[in-house]
Amino acid sequence: MTERPLSRSPAQPFARLANRRAVRLADVPTLTIEALSDALSVAVADGWRIVSLFGAPEDAASLRVIAVVADDERGKLGASSAIVGERYPALAIECEQAAAFEREMAEQCGVTPSGHPRLKPLRRHPPDHRPSGWPSLSTSTFSRDDYPFDRFHSDEVHEVAVGPVHAGIIEPGHFRFQAHGEEILLLEIMLGYQHRGVERLLETCDGTRAVLVAESIAGDSVIAHASAYCGALEALARSHKSARAQSIRGIALELERLANHVGDLGALANDVAYQPASAFFGRLRGECLNMLMTLSGNRYGRGLIRPGGVTFDVPLAMTRELDGRIRGLERELRPVAELFFGAASVQSRLEGVGVVPREACITHGFVGPVARACEVHRDVRHDHPYGVYRYAQIPVATAWAGDVYARALIRWVEIQRSLEFVREQLGTLPAGSVRVPFGSLASSELVIAMEEGWRGEVVHAVLTDATGRIRRHKVTDPSFRNWTALALAMPGNQISDFPLCNKSFNLSYAGHDL
Amino acid sequence: MPFPTDDILLPERFRGRPVIRASSAGGSRAELDLGACLFSPEEADEYTHDYRLASSTRGGLVSATGGGEIELASALDERMRKLLGRSLRLRSVVAGSCGGCEAELIAGSNVVFDLARFGVQFVASPRHADGIVITGTVNVNMRAALERTYAAVADPRIVIAVGACALSGGPFVGSDESGEGVPSTVPVDLWIAGCPPHPLTILDGLLRLLGRITSGQRRALTANV
Repeated sequence: MTERPLSRSPAQPFARLANRRAVRLADVPTLTIEALSDALSVAVADGWRIVSLFGAPEDAASLRVIAVVADDERGKLGASSAIVGERYPALAIECEQAAAFEREMAEQCGVTPSGHPRLKPLRRHPPDHRPSGWPSLSTSTFSRDDYPFDRFHSDEVHEVAVGPVHAGIIEPGHFRFQAHGEEILLLEIMLGYQHRGVERLLETCDGTRAVLVAESIAGDSVIAHASAYCGALEALARSHKSARAQSIRGIALELERLANHVGDLGALANDVAYQPASAFFGRLRGECLNMLMTLSGNRYGRGLIRPGGVTFDVPLAMTRELDGRIRGLERELRPVAELFFGAASVQSRLEGVGVVPREACITHGFVGPVARACEVHRDVRHDHPYGVYRYAQIPVATAWAGDVYARALIRWVEIQRSLEFVREQLGTLPAGSVRVPFGSLASSELVIAMEEGWRGEVVHAVLTDATGRIRRHKVTDPSFRNWTALALAMPGNQISDFPLCNKSFNLSYAGHDL
Repeated sequence: MPFPTDDILLPERFRGRPVIRASSAGGSRAELDLGACLFSPEEADEYTHDYRLASSTRGGLVSATGGGEIELASALDERMRKLLGRSLRLRSVVAGSCGGCEAELIAGSNVVFDLARFGVQFVASPRHADGIVITGTVNVNMRAALERTYAAVADPRIVIAVGACALSGGPFVGSDESGEGVPSTVPVDLWIAGCPPHPLTILDGLLRLLGRITSGQRRALTANV
């Protein structure tokens, strides 16, 4: 590697922007791809990380590559770009964090990042964001079926293939284990079975339809995706929603986190055959969903978040009712959690299993509870605060072991903090209307909306054209970042521990596959 | 919770069977397809608390008057009821969904809704199953896997389609990669509407299919389950 000068601030090659604050595309630097590669490497070496990296057709013959980076500690975001032809030197050669994004971009835009270390299909679909003038792909470069799996060549190694149709009620995905006896040597995960073409729909549907698509990116993260979607559009429309609407969105997001974290603890209990905790947590998860239903009419919060605010207010009687139910939930959860975390047989099944090394979180840019379980302080609510989180701070929960136990513990700590947050918000709801009129979008601008969903950072990047129409809508679900973490955590573990490890990540197939 | 019962308590804002008033349809009779409905606040003038949204035919979910009246599911024939009525083993096939319907299917087996008390269980192999439950739009990347799973279930077998995606393509209609629901090559015995359907909707549909609920106008009260 050549020596490069380290700058404390990569401000030059990156335009400054902020979470949900749009910039004019003209103010985003257009570099050569080599200069962008250098800028990313310097920034990442300096503690920045890639939040989004995607392609948008510039004209018939070229593609604009847009990179968004974040400095979480200082709460900064920066954007830069480069124009490339059909082939360009891969950014991943110098910057590992770019690898997954470039794999996605190659598939979506039909571009070839030369020298990319692992250029494989990602979701197995033909390019749907390709510059119109590029020659059509020959059939040999795209196949839904021929996936180049990595293999060990040894008589002692055997292969186990699982999916896409699984043994329970689970979304489709394919897992390919290379194992020596019971020990996993390699796990490769092939996804794309849930691919529905979400981004294209978000770019082409009218607004009333598009928000329903956004709610259906990942069915257990309805609030997170709808809020990020609306946050991006509201920034482009300069729509200022009321403090009351922001607070209600915060309550809904934390109820969504509560439902999923409580459900995950139950699922982990089930996977270690600890039935009492599994049954209790399962029922209490339902109570969290039912609170969302009281608020929105739907157990997953569908129909609540709309551009300009929320569709339902929380009348005084409902704040009292929800407050009582939150207190009841708190009372019921604690003894179950103590039972679960206190049982030696549970501890011994969770500790030291499925370890993600801390360095891997930094190198690959993992997010959410997976990163926080490795003592990586990363939480959009804290680092890039937006909406109600600018006024009501939730401390970042971290653990250090990076194993299944640490990921379970993070959930329990976050459950307690979300309960506290919801109660506080219910008690101090600001006055005002819950929805403001929503106008047209600013033209030729770029906006990044980040949201800390229960799985981690949900990112919606939206680029408008000269007429104010959506030119590109890039969605990044935390699962897109974290599936790699699961694959990295498995070698050295037993195949029989895979379900438990998988559950401790509980990643979304739909959110990844889009 | 006991089921079936007349005392189902749902919150005030719960969106069950939708209603479109003639006035908002320009005075004419509005057709309303519950199989394509996403149950969003914008899609109907009003939502009732009626959670019963399952039919034996796809056409049974289309309400010509806009009032949302549908043909509730009828029971399987006597031979099938004798085979499956007290023990139904199902295999779940997820094909291009958001994961929401699956979450409610899982909830159907928890201690509250407890499908197992009616002899309904989800099993790990199509070879162990009496039928399949399909969720999702049946997108391009899952079509082959669905057809192969269906073929692997021994006759006689049943097929249950759950959720707006499996019934019509749901919110993803218009995408080349997505599908428009269960293809005609896989004959469906029970269509359950919703986005996602509430576990009670799923329970009601399954029990009607098995002949455990034959009619009944169940009223929904205002409170919490």
